[in-house]
Amino acid sequence: MPNILEAQNLVKNYDSFTAVKGISFDIKEGEIFSLLGPNGAGKTTTISMLSTLYTPTSGDATIGGHSITKEPMAVKGVIGVVPQEIALYEDLTAKENLVFWGQMYGLSGKSLNSRVDEVLEQIGLTDKAKNRVKTYSGGMKRRVNIGVGLLHKPRLLFMDEPTVGIDPQSRRAILDTVKDLNKQGMTVLYTTHYMEEAAELSNRVGIIDHGELIALGTQDELTKQVGETETLILHIGENEDPDALAKAVSAVEGVQKADVTDNEVSVITADAKDILAAVVTKANERGIKIRSMDIREPNLEAVFLHLTGRALRD
Amino acid sequence: MTKLLLIGIKDLKLMFRDRAALILILLAPFLLTLGMGLVTGRFSGNSGSGISDIPIVIVNLDNDSLGDALVNVFNSDDLAELVEPTLSEDSEAARRLVDEDEVAAAIIIPKGFTQSVIPQNGNNAANEEVKIEFYSNPSRPTSAGIIKAILDGFMARLDEMQLSGMTSISQLIVSGRLSPQDANQAGEEMGARLQQAGNLSEATAIKLNTSTSEGEAVEFDLLSYFAPGMALMFLMYTVSYGGRSILAEKAEGTLPRLLISPTNSLQVLGGKVFGIFLTGAAQMLILIGASSLLFRLQWGDPLGVLLLVLAAVFGATGWGLLITALARTPAQIGSVGAAVMLIFAMLGGSFVSLDNLPAYVQTIGKITPNAWAMDGFTTLALGGTLSALSTPLLALLTMGILLFLVSALLFGKKNLVQK
Ligand SMILES: Nc1ncnc2c1ncn2[C@@H]1O[C@H](COP(=O)(O)OP(=O)(O)OP(=O)(O)O)[C@@H](O)[C@H]1O
Ligand SMILES: [Mg+2]
Repeated sequence: MPNILEAQNLVKNYDSFTAVKGISFDIKEGEIFSLLGPNGAGKTTTISMLSTLYTPTSGDATIGGHSITKEPMAVKGVIGVVPQEIALYEDLTAKENLVFWGQMYGLSGKSLNSRVDEVLEQIGLTDKAKNRVKTYSGGMKRRVNIGVGLLHKPRLLFMDEPTVGIDPQSRRAILDTVKDLNKQGMTVLYTTHYMEEAAELSNRVGIIDHGELIALGTQDELTKQVGETETLILHIGENEDPDALAKAVSAVEGVQKADVTDNEVSVITADAKDILAAVVTKANERGIKIRSMDIREPNLEAVFLHLTGRALRD
Repeated sequence: MTKLLLIGIKDLKLMFRDRAALILILLAPFLLTLGMGLVTGRFSGNSGSGISDIPIVIVNLDNDSLGDALVNVFNSDDLAELVEPTLSEDSEAARRLVDEDEVAAAIIIPKGFTQSVIPQNGNNAANEEVKIEFYSNPSRPTSAGIIKAILDGFMARLDEMQLSGMTSISQLIVSGRLSPQDANQAGEEMGARLQQAGNLSEATAIKLNTSTSEGEAVEFDLLSYFAPGMALMFLMYTVSYGGRSILAEKAEGTLPRLLISPTNSLQVLGGKVFGIFLTGAAQMLILIGASSLLFRLQWGDPLGVLLLVLAAVFGATGWGLLITALARTPAQIGSVGAAVMLIFAMLGGSFVSLDNLPAYVQTIGKITPNAWAMDGFTTLALGGTLSALSTPLLALLTMGILLFLVSALLFGKKNLVQK
């Protein structure tokens, strides 16, 4: 598959602060590519550069063969964008919003009307199309926000954390929509800080942190980086000292790494069962009470932890 | 271009869905105009007036029946509150009073005026044109306009009589059925008739009852002053509201979303500006339409009114853009816009006729679209036509163009994309 997007060394400075520090990656035609990273990692800034809203401080990218810095107008025709913050006219109805945005993408007449009806169907709002957006629930607004990005049938769709702050049902509907769109041939660049979403949707994942792409590949490739390991999560009470526990546990034979996150200690090891007893003994010696334990197979979360020493969610 | 129009129309639509904004841009000016009308007795037929005791000087060199009749018109009880005439013998001195801003206008009735209208002693005097001179004070356009309207009313009556009555008098003389001596008496009768109260109030119509007025007389309705004053005041609200929506759309993300659609930034900004213009024009035309229908207010020549509205909205839009270009947040535009609205209303004569304000205030007032548009609306209400509007129209257009240029420069420096 040819690349629909190639980003080379994208850098973005906000005054003296560098939000994106030289990011390079490709997206293949037809895939779902996820940018996974915590709050403030630089996902939105990256999307803003790729969608020609912000000019990169340095670096460039081509989308559908057009440079985002030199041919922004050509790029705009190839991409559809679903921004992280809902960007709609609340005093217009869903239908009026879709019609207006469709016009901004050059649609008109019968093709505009039929496309608007199609999209309304797709986002499941045909019945409520004539209500003003401000009367909608958060999940419904998110769906209209997505609908606007789909109107002109873009070859490449950018979705910036489209499931933030909504109920599980709406989230399920959105994830299914993304998969449907992809099946119909749309390439998707999806950003999220939910490991599960990236895992469910993507062919390939880029992990971004502090403006840098720290890992890139298929999920298999990424989890192999962690090695054949498991993660043992130790939950302790609020009054206990997780740092002391981490330090103690590090000394146990077979423990590769022990990191503190909130009231948990994540222990990376080849086989969790082998160290369980020793870990509990160590904790007892220090007088730290372990409330419960989880064993996790290697996943993207573990990859992130492995690479940064921090949990994905804060 | 189409996208520019579509963005503007979208903004017009949004304004009409914003109930709070509608109250301010349509209901408030309408109610204030209504209130002014009630306070000044516009609806009970009394002629209590915001403008009163307009000082004028009359030089009657004619000293004959018609000249005297005109002097009596200005001294009549009907006009006692409105006009304060003084008499003078010296036309030079009278003009000087105008130049020194002591009076709003000088009316100089030349010698032989009556004779020029009514032939006496068998002379056919109409050959030589003898005209009344109206010397007006440009710094009191409204007052001078009212005086001019009264004078025009008198002259219109005179013309009417000359056509009907007087031609028959001259014919009688020519045919020998009326002696020249009798003709003189006929002239006096005519002068007396001109002063009749009925004619007078119709001719000057300060009583403002357009529905019963049958004459073609020029009228000056006090609401013709308040209605545009209030509409223009709230036009300034509309343009700052429009400017506010530029920054609000930026904060709410719809402006960035427009900029990443295949629409260039000129179309987007142009569309926003067009939206402000469109909203302002709609507001003015609705207010004008409503007051014409409900108050039977006569705004004057429709084409003139339309052009003046467009020019005034253009000038006001320039101010809205300047405020937007200087402000950082939507809230700032809100408060600055409200202040500008009130200051401009005062400086522009929306509350008090500029004629009653000191000269330097009048000069400062020239920076407001309100003052120029008030000037134009007064001219139109007094029966002026398009040609009399050239100064306000030109001033408003120049104002708009200058402000657009300055704002464009300021906008260029300001990044509309990033927060
Ligand atoms: N306009 C701006 N001016 C200055 N700093 C900014 C601006 N936008 C973002 N930043 C900073 O740049 C960094 C990256 O922000 P960005 O919004 O790209 O992160 P993100 O990965 O999208 O985070 P989130 O998951 O919270 O949306 C953050 O530290 C943020 O504070
Ligand atoms: Mg973001």
